[in-house]
Amino acid sequence: MTRRDAPLGATPSPAVLNRRTFLAGAAGGAALALTGCSIGAKQIFTGGSSGTTIAVAIVSNSQMQDAISLSHLFEREHPNIHLNFVSLPENEARAKITTDVSTQGGEFDVVMISNYETPMWSANGWLVNLQPYINATPGYDANDFLPQLRATLSHKGDLYSVPFYGESSFLMYRKDLMAKAGIKVPLRPTWNQVGEIAARMHNEKKGLVGICLRGDPGWGENLAPIDTVINSFGGRWYDLAWQAQLTSPEVERAVSMYVSLVQKYGEPGAPSAGFSECATHYGTGGAAMWYDATSAVSTIEDPQSSSVAGRNGYAWAPTQNGRPSGWLYTWSLAIPTTCPNKQAAWDFIAWMTSKSYIKTVGETLGWSHVPPGSRFSSYQIPQYKKLSATYGPLTLQSINATNTAHPTVKPVPYTGVQFLDIPEFQDLGTNVSEQMSAAIAGQKSAAAALSQSQLYAQDVGNTYK
Amino acid sequence: MMARSITADPELTTPAPKRPAVRPKRRRNNTWVGILGWLLGILFFFPVLWMVITSFKTEAQTYTSTPSIVFSPTLEQYKTVFDSGIWPYFANSAFATIVSTFFVLLLATPCAFALSLRPVKKTRDVLFFFISTKMLPIVAAIIPIYIAARDLHMLDNIFTLVILYTAMNLPIAVWMMRSFFLEVPGELLEAAEMDGAPLRRTVTEVILPVVAPGLAATALICCIFAWNEFFFAVNLTATQAATVPVFLVGFISSEGLYFAQLCAAATVATLPVILAGWVAQRQLVRGLSFGAIK
Amino acid sequence: MTAIAPPVASAQRVRARPDRGRQGWVRRAPLLPALIFTIIVTQLPFLLTLWYSLQSWSLVRPGSEHFVGFANYVAVFQDSQFWTTALNTVIMTVGSVLIAMLLGIGLALILDRKFIGRGIVRTLLITPFLVMPVAAALTWKTVMLDPTYGIVNWVLRPLGIGQFDWIGQVPLLSVMIEMIWQWTPFMMLLVLAGLQSQPKDIVEAAGVDGAKPLGIFRELTLPHLRRYIELGFVLGAIYLINEFDAVYMMTQGGPGISSANLPFYIYQRAFLGFEVGQAAAMGVIVVVMTIIVATFALRLIFKSFSGTEQAA
Repeated sequence: MTRRDAPLGATPSPAVLNRRTFLAGAAGGAALALTGCSIGAKQIFTGGSSGTTIAVAIVSNSQMQDAISLSHLFEREHPNIHLNFVSLPENEARAKITTDVSTQGGEFDVVMISNYETPMWSANGWLVNLQPYINATPGYDANDFLPQLRATLSHKGDLYSVPFYGESSFLMYRKDLMAKAGIKVPLRPTWNQVGEIAARMHNEKKGLVGICLRGDPGWGENLAPIDTVINSFGGRWYDLAWQAQLTSPEVERAVSMYVSLVQKYGEPGAPSAGFSECATHYGTGGAAMWYDATSAVSTIEDPQSSSVAGRNGYAWAPTQNGRPSGWLYTWSLAIPTTCPNKQAAWDFIAWMTSKSYIKTVGETLGWSHVPPGSRFSSYQIPQYKKLSATYGPLTLQSINATNTAHPTVKPVPYTGVQFLDIPEFQDLGTNVSEQMSAAIAGQKSAAAALSQSQLYAQDVGNTYK
Repeated sequence: MMARSITADPELTTPAPKRPAVRPKRRRNNTWVGILGWLLGILFFFPVLWMVITSFKTEAQTYTSTPSIVFSPTLEQYKTVFDSGIWPYFANSAFATIVSTFFVLLLATPCAFALSLRPVKKTRDVLFFFISTKMLPIVAAIIPIYIAARDLHMLDNIFTLVILYTAMNLPIAVWMMRSFFLEVPGELLEAAEMDGAPLRRTVTEVILPVVAPGLAATALICCIFAWNEFFFAVNLTATQAATVPVFLVGFISSEGLYFAQLCAAATVATLPVILAGWVAQRQLVRGLSFGAIK
Repeated sequence: MTAIAPPVASAQRVRARPDRGRQGWVRRAPLLPALIFTIIVTQLPFLLTLWYSLQSWSLVRPGSEHFVGFANYVAVFQDSQFWTTALNTVIMTVGSVLIAMLLGIGLALILDRKFIGRGIVRTLLITPFLVMPVAAALTWKTVMLDPTYGIVNWVLRPLGIGQFDWIGQVPLLSVMIEMIWQWTPFMMLLVLAGLQSQPKDIVEAAGVDGAKPLGIFRELTLPHLRRYIELGFVLGAIYLINEFDAVYMMTQGGPGISSANLPFYIYQRAFLGFEVGQAAAMGVIVVVMTIIVATFALRLIFKSFSGTEQAA
């Protein structure tokens, strides 16, 4: 049977579209697709874009969600600029932003990074130097940022990203429960003291754990507190010759202490408990103490999400050797060099990190929503000063006491308190943190976890020798 | 030649009338079977039910060690979800799903036709090739795909997802459509051939009506997989073309309480496909059972 | 998955034509768009992946790309974590597919009988398959399996289990529970199709002859179901080997790498370590391993199909 082109007299089956029109539509769509632009529904829903569109990639923490909800105020002030947000959980956001910036993908105009990426990426030439923009913006007052934050986000003296909020770490505890038990928590506790208090307060029958400590794998999760413990016990990751030191006695003592403290007096589900889980546990009254970020106050002091608001006391990050051991971390905003609209991107960044933004957040959403630990002036605003009376000064002092250039007792070839500022650290830190988590879960001893970690670290160390 | 008839519809509620009268003993068994069936059904459905129930709670009501079944429901989580601007994501998902499914049907139908009614040499090899494309873990290929998309300026472009979803669903669609084509009774084809009908007429008037339910089933399966796809969406889109799964993931907060609002977002995200699956259950059953095979 | 012999035979008898020449191309033409599209969209990335696997390239150390030949493959084979995750993948896949199939057979047998509200029960049972995997994984992780606030622990409290940390203590099992939950409906429907297509008169006859239900099941039903079960195994395995969403959302592969499967491990290499070369090498190895296994499995399927058809 030869194939004859029959006229399309027969009505096509209703189950299938008319092929010709469909092919035409598809071809047209393909042509449109290959014109090479971002195409998606956002444009339709925002009524087309006259002016500039800025794509912002941020982490989905509560302070950032607040910023998104207030972003219409920015758009009102700048009618020519339209904002599109991508908000993802921390790990996913990091992966996406790093992929985009390192491959010069150009998907984002503003990225939320931290003091981990900034030094490396600015050295690689991936970020726009913000200093000229800062200098050209009256009233921005970059000197209002805490000096440690400024230092850690600068490259050759110029700021390459600006802080949105900053944090160190400290010890939070239930003032009311401690008073009832007759325990006085020292202002500068040692880890031994913390262990004793945890032992006394731990009461499983009453659903109260002695202390919440992170156990979740992630170089920014459990490794942050663990690293501060390592530092305060006099340990370090590498010596000056890039020999890994993770099996040294100081590090072993530090990690063993942490692991056994969590196992004995820590929260249930510790091996997978990160900041969020600990916040929940402590904030619903399940723990007597919690050693974590100073920014946790946004959650536990907020009556909306916490049942222990107003009942907390604060102490310096526990230390073993008397040196301030709190970490230093800041979520900051930067502009990748691929951004075509740098001025518009800067306008947004300036808005989101400005003094007036902080006032707006306080007045509109409540003073407990103020992004903490970035500007001195925040703590001078009367309402916030009053609200943060118990933790504000200590937050500032903790941040100011950090020393990212010399985080350890013994000299080290890296910078960074709770992380190492090398590109391999995301991977190395994650691998080591997974070992830590396994140790906390009781799957292996702390010593075994450290032995394995030592291998990972040595692999990386060898590439630096 | 084996006696063949149009395939029995696997629809469950009408048993074949030619069975002998059911003996009383079997009816008693069926009661126990029925009870067991209901128990298992509720058990399997429970996580979804619990997710929906939680979505109507406040965070404080969610984070209790004794789950509360009786509580005063609130819509505040849904308000949060909708205030976060879910509609662009919905539109992107709908667009990617529907368009990619159309492309899949467009490509798979003739392909399956060629592999079934008009057999080609090495049919098995071709089928195996299609299935083998699903064996590459997409995680491994994502960086080359990302870089290719970047070079073609196709990042954050909904059509990138359309293309990838089409490729993703094509193998399964070809396999499914082929089985439906194989169901077309030989008698119909012979009759049409003897009428001297041109090929196109044969296809549109004879074959397609028979496989139309199969097309619908395939389409539904493709829609389900496309709507639910996460990995490509989260890595290749940014602000413009992000789809619903990406929206959902943004509700995981690394600080603070989020279970209830996550459940609300999850309910909204997953509702369209669940409803589609329920409404088009017959197609779904048919599709997943690749047509009742003789 | 479908009988190749009789329908094709009838068609062929009517329109037997040589495959050479123009007729051959007419036959092949409808095949080509799908084939060409698939080749372009899937093979090109695969070739690129092969190319990258021969490089040492770290995304975050710019200018570090250089050709290293098979060094990445050697590194992968020597990486104990790779083998652990490979083992995890096998356990996860085989375990989930087996258990989902067993449950599916059981549920299909139940649904094959008539009882009140059967349609509703079927609706309830297919729902897990429709739920977005990301949503399902998050639901299981949070409101189901959370040690303190999850409902599973609350239900198990009378049994004295208390605050069991599912994700921390039995991460692999937790992920498998979620995967089994999602894929059982799929298996169930496949087996149900098989049960529905079983000639009822033979079963009736056996029953009249005095055969017990278990015997009937073993001797008659199970062989008939064999091809459906095999199809379920193959398709389920193909999808479950590549499962990423569940691991990523529920456990992030932890604690340690106890619940990491190969896709997740490759993801970590690529997006955490930004080690493109190593991730690519791993991907290639996984593809090769899967194809080897699948070739044997699919040969088995096709043989069993044509085999049983001749027998029937």
